[in-house]
Amino acid sequence: MAFIDYYKILGVPKTATEADIKKAYRKLARKYHPDLNPNDKTAEKKFKEINDANEVLSNAENRKKYDQYGEHWQHGAEFEKAKQQQQYQRSTQGSARGFSEEDFSDIFGSMFGGRTSGSRGRQVKFRGQDFNAELQLDLKDVYTTHKRTLTVNGKNIRITIPAGIENGQIIKIKGHGGPGVNGGPNGDLLIQFSIVNNSKFKRDKDNLHVTVDLDLYKALLGGEQMIDTFNGKVKLNIKPETQNGTKVKLKGKGFPKYKKEGQFGDLYITYQIKLPENLSSQEKALIEQLQKLR
Amino acid sequence: MGTKNLISVQLICNHYNIPVSFIDTLNEFQLVDIIIENDHLFIHKSQLKEVEKMMRIHYDLEINFEGLDAIYNLLNQVESLKEEITLLHNKLRFYEDF
Repeated sequence: MAFIDYYKILGVPKTATEADIKKAYRKLARKYHPDLNPNDKTAEKKFKEINDANEVLSNAENRKKYDQYGEHWQHGAEFEKAKQQQQYQRSTQGSARGFSEEDFSDIFGSMFGGRTSGSRGRQVKFRGQDFNAELQLDLKDVYTTHKRTLTVNGKNIRITIPAGIENGQIIKIKGHGGPGVNGGPNGDLLIQFSIVNNSKFKRDKDNLHVTVDLDLYKALLGGEQMIDTFNGKVKLNIKPETQNGTKVKLKGKGFPKYKKEGQFGDLYITYQIKLPENLSSQEKALIEQLQKLR
Repeated sequence: MGTKNLISVQLICNHYNIPVSFIDTLNEFQLVDIIIENDHLFIHKSQLKEVEKMMRIHYDLEINFEGLDAIYNLLNQVESLKEEITLLHNKLRFYEDF
């Protein structure tokens, strides 16, 4: 595992005084504290790193061990023992080869399987970190309230996704975040929804918008037209002399209102009148007659 | 008012080992509402998470109450700006598709 330079993390030289380290830590902690950077994974990671660095470098004894043994400072005593044993074996075997930096890491790697990490130190009870996740759903999926099973950190969680949830909306699942520190409560799981719309309907909160093609004769003379709504078809009466771009509102045929069961937004239909193409000579003659009448 | 949704200030202070004056000062800065019932101080349970957050900012980062007040106002602004961005993104998507 790559060596983590705690001095570099805090941005101080190896010769830094205790006061320099404290000052650097305070400055970075204020910048990256999770409470000041909600839902920011990078800040969360950075905060953990500077905390780890501070815990080691702010304690004179730990710092001394870290300076001497690097990332394996916690196992310095074991290392000393292992080193002495190996030196003894080498001297008895007559080996002339000394320790190189590779040897130093190799010994620890084989002894401890790499760097151990984990919580060290805090005395006060703290709530665990909030976990962030993104869930992509189709617009169709969020038309009805439904349940989904998610796997978070190896655990299956069954959640209810209420109809009408918005793109970018976040829902909180209490207690499914990181474990609390020193017996504190678990953090929460924050799920942000990314809603993909592959339908012909455009969504504006609870309202839906759709453009419907209308042939010229129906627009001029009126008639009936079957229209697709999000959950089925409806028959509409087209008024005679309907203009291109006319908007019609179908009340309650829009998208479900979030957490308001049985309530729906409206569907706005915009008529787009399609002119006939490839006119026959007879059609042209009739239209010319019509033109003369106007 | 019943105390069903309230939590005793003394209980919070004992649990976190902080002085009652900390919550008093938060109240002075209008960062938390203190409710008095039968001479006992309470806060609403819904505010507990916020109090815990302010406690961490105050004690972990050594931010004084004036700073805490400023941070809270800014965090609220950030939150409403984020919501506005999401709303605008959704609106923009609506027009881009047409």
